[in-house]
Amino acid sequence: MSGFFKSSIGRKYAMALSAFFLMFFLLQHFAINILSVFSPDAFNEASHFMGTFWAVQYVLQPILIFGVIYHFVMGFILEARNRSARVKKYAKNNGAANSSWMSRNMIYSGLCILAFLVLHFIDFWFPEINTKYIQGDMSGLLGNGEGFRYYQELAHKFESPLRVGAYVIAFVFLSLHLMHGFSSAFQSAGASSMRKEKLQLFGKAYAIIIPLGFIFIALFHHFNHH
Amino acid sequence: MSVLDSKVPKGPLETKWTDYKNHIDLVNPANKRNIDIIVVGTGLAGGSAAATLAELGYNVKTFCYQDSPRRAHSIAAQGGINAAKNYQGDGDSTYRLFYDTVKGGDYRSREANVYRLAEVSANIIDQCVAQGVPFAREYGGLLDNRSFGGVLVSRTFYAKGQTGQQLLLGAYSAMNRQIARGKITPYNRHEMLDVVKVDGKARGIIARNLVTGEIERHSAHAVVIASGGYGNVYFLSTNAMGSNVTASWKIHKKGAFFANPCYTQIHPTCIPRSGDYQSKLTLMSESLRNDGRIWVPKNLDDVKAIREGKKKPTDLSEDERDYYLERRYPAFGNLVPRDVASRAAKERCDAGYGVNATGEAVYLDFAAAIERYGKEQAKIHGINNASAEKIYELGAAIVKAKYGNLFQMYEKIVDQDPYKTPMMIYPAVHYTMGGVWVDYNLMTTIPGCYAIGEANFSDHGANRLGASALMQGLADGYFVLPYTIGDYLSNDIRTGKIPTDTPEFDAAEKEVTDRINFFISNKGEHSVDYYHKKLGKIMWDKCGMSRNAEGLKTAINEISELRKDFWKNVNVPGTTTEYNEQLAKAGRVADFLELGELFAKDALVREESAGGHFREEHQTEEGEAKRLTEFQFVSAWEYKGEPKDAVLHKEDLVYENIEVKERSYK
Amino acid sequence: MNLTLKIWRQSDANDKGKMVDYKVTEISEHMSFLEMMDVLNEQLINKGEEPVAFDHDCREGICGMCSMFINGEAHGPDRGVTTCQLHMRMFNDGDTITIEPFRAKAFPVIKDLVVDRGAFDRIQHAGGYISVNTSGNTQDANATLISKHAADEAMDAATCIGCGACVASCKNASAMLFVGAKVSQYALLPQGQVEAVDRVKNMVAQMDLEGFGNCTNTGACEVECPKGISLENIARMNREFLSANVKG
Repeated sequence: MSGFFKSSIGRKYAMALSAFFLMFFLLQHFAINILSVFSPDAFNEASHFMGTFWAVQYVLQPILIFGVIYHFVMGFILEARNRSARVKKYAKNNGAANSSWMSRNMIYSGLCILAFLVLHFIDFWFPEINTKYIQGDMSGLLGNGEGFRYYQELAHKFESPLRVGAYVIAFVFLSLHLMHGFSSAFQSAGASSMRKEKLQLFGKAYAIIIPLGFIFIALFHHFNHH
Repeated sequence: MSVLDSKVPKGPLETKWTDYKNHIDLVNPANKRNIDIIVVGTGLAGGSAAATLAELGYNVKTFCYQDSPRRAHSIAAQGGINAAKNYQGDGDSTYRLFYDTVKGGDYRSREANVYRLAEVSANIIDQCVAQGVPFAREYGGLLDNRSFGGVLVSRTFYAKGQTGQQLLLGAYSAMNRQIARGKITPYNRHEMLDVVKVDGKARGIIARNLVTGEIERHSAHAVVIASGGYGNVYFLSTNAMGSNVTASWKIHKKGAFFANPCYTQIHPTCIPRSGDYQSKLTLMSESLRNDGRIWVPKNLDDVKAIREGKKKPTDLSEDERDYYLERRYPAFGNLVPRDVASRAAKERCDAGYGVNATGEAVYLDFAAAIERYGKEQAKIHGINNASAEKIYELGAAIVKAKYGNLFQMYEKIVDQDPYKTPMMIYPAVHYTMGGVWVDYNLMTTIPGCYAIGEANFSDHGANRLGASALMQGLADGYFVLPYTIGDYLSNDIRTGKIPTDTPEFDAAEKEVTDRINFFISNKGEHSVDYYHKKLGKIMWDKCGMSRNAEGLKTAINEISELRKDFWKNVNVPGTTTEYNEQLAKAGRVADFLELGELFAKDALVREESAGGHFREEHQTEEGEAKRLTEFQFVSAWEYKGEPKDAVLHKEDLVYENIEVKERSYK
Repeated sequence: MNLTLKIWRQSDANDKGKMVDYKVTEISEHMSFLEMMDVLNEQLINKGEEPVAFDHDCREGICGMCSMFINGEAHGPDRGVTTCQLHMRMFNDGDTITIEPFRAKAFPVIKDLVVDRGAFDRIQHAGGYISVNTSGNTQDANATLISKHAADEAMDAATCIGCGACVASCKNASAMLFVGAKVSQYALLPQGQVEAVDRVKNMVAQMDLEGFGNCTNTGACEVECPKGISLENIARMNREFLSANVKG
């Protein structure tokens, strides 16, 4: 297998594998977040479990971080190589005639998602790490000790219309990214069934429903607090 | 005795080739490493020969003008490849394939060569399958066959409508294997511009790098010409734009005799010319004539109205149409042989009945077939009193299943729907049976210089059967030349590398350079195409589907005049040291201008009609070709300067294993 | 019809090159695109200018020699055709048509619209064959049964004419459709199994070495391919490549 990940196809496999992992993570993230709409308690329970269970924190979280970084770095490396494969550009290139906008602009939708992730980390992840590992408060309780803090923090974040706006835009780009990325990952992994209509449809549904769900959650909390 | 020695081995026909192979000299593997061979042209013949020779251990250099060996024009063959496998159990055999080929060639080919061709045909299929050529298969997993014109058995193997491309890719893959091993050095975008003789033997070539314009010397112990046919002498043909006679003509000028140049096959079902700008003609498979009816209007008024767009062909009633093939040949109707169908179309168009703007097109009508199939289907599906629309719909579906891809191709080119309006067709040049004279070993009259595939003359006589060109190319390259060339090269094991810094190479290179420099510095007033088109028109009008003495004499004069004018007034832009397509073309057209005259001269001398060569003076009362026993010979022309001075040598054709009969389709 | 042509002119590989405008008049809608180019060239020659160099040969859509990028698409706006089969009826009187060479680092321009596609040949030298001697002493052609389905699928892959439209259309100048088709043809047939591992590894390695980009599954190649080669061939190559690497 030596050299596999240096080859063009090997890198595509790696890209696809990290994508599978991220898509699975997204699903799980969504499943927990949507609880916040129906039951703040269930959301708190789930968040606390994820935030404190060792396997999640010390095994899955590092893998996730690695997966995210890998997906981005490899995305940039491949983009750079792909750009260098055509030094002189066409004076006129009618890409719309043969491919979707999404497929041609994965790097831009990806960059938007990256920008969002920065925001997201500042919003949630850094404070979490700070609370848990720097201040050493693993209780997950509010400052006054009255119940879990997770739901409150979530609801608080979505008060700002600017932040909600940024989230909505980011999720639109996530949707565009997934619109091509979902089936593309399967194609890269060599799945022949991915070109069948039903699976294509499933990919599209995933690409629309999940980001739309996140948007819904953000808007729900935003409007429920006013 | 004639100066021509065919070197056909003695003995019974069936064992000639085997006995011969058992007795010829071989080169031992260690010595093969010291022997170089040049192969010019990388189609089925050249590609397969190069691969096999390299595999045997020789050092091979291949030359092609295309950017890759895989693009040679063998790629365009659609129908299939014949082989006497008798997989269908319908009585096929080596003898039957041999018999069909000799008869189809109107008894003008060499018996022993054709038998050998039939004999090795079966091996070709084995070889190609082993190489991964995806031939069509039946549901049981066995190879599928189809039948082709002029024979009574199903012996044609095919790969969709792309048999030529698949076989060529097979040969090319065999080449790739040798290129990877370093045994073949490919020179793509290179054109051979002369052969170099040392002590009377072919010892190398002068080639031009078409990208840089550089003139290169390449030496070898033998030179193989596999550069295809010369159909482009007509300007318009189904050949590729770059197909040319230059390699064959250069060796002819250095001593290789040129045989039967007048034998040309003109295919009846091609898409007609649409205007003067036309650069190329496209063939439609002859299978269309199984269901299509060919006609022109009976009245010239209708012809005029159609040409002016005032009437549509579908407006004409049955009794306003002239189904001329059915009228003239009631027994065979639309299924007469290629040459007859072509000549009949020309006769009608010459009389003014051509149905398109250029006056050179006849209709091929599927309306009757659609209706017939439609009614049949209605009956099968139990539909009583089916409406005309329903019958059309059912019938069109059957026609689509049979000919869908051809109809689609026609629609792309002509922009008319052949399901609704009759197709227009007209004959076009597509294969030349004539070529460089070779003996049984496929060696030309220059020692050490070989010609294989369409470039030689040997196997198809005066007319080639469908699906036989691919067979001959691969037979020559894979299975014949690699043996026979060893017999010659066995004398060269001590020769050592042929040096290129010799007076012979100097002289040949100078000749080539002078000519190129002339073209660039001439600054005349007409483009190369201007002359090519003029030559094509003379050839088509006077040396085309039917020929007569007067026309041929005129043609000889006209071509000779045109050639003089060409050398005075041709205009070639650009420089010699760059990619310059006009310069390459100029050299090719210069050679066509000489070949064309020899062609006409050959046609004039052959005072008979045979296969693709139809002399109006020599026809039966019914207008059929009249072959004459006294012309049962190969015309091999020796170059003596101007084409008019060429000297005719005759190789008598002896048929010991086949009875010479009249070809009859009554 | 009358047209304005914007054509890439570049005298040789080292020249910088530029777009040049030309006018052609009285173009018939029945002409093929290359016949229109012939008219332009005849015009240029008669004016004493250098004609536009472009690759072409069979002019019936099978040799794969012609290669123009017309109005932003390989082989122009029509589907399932090569440039030689593209007809002028696809354009309108007064149109401006942009004509460029196939662009990719691996396809350097030789002159004007002529590019060097030798990279494709080199990929095939690396493994595009079955190592069987051409002696004719192989087994009988019918000795191994091959299902019609596999034969037909192999044929679909084998119809590739190697024109390079896939590379030209791909935003990454990736050659995966071409290589995928070549790998697939052999992968689908029993004859190709023996060397399957080395073949796909070597061909992919050569493809990477030539400087083609990577596949991002935009599907542009499949749409522009004149022979309709399917993306499935790329997926199959990926599978073959993975299994070859697992096997070692």
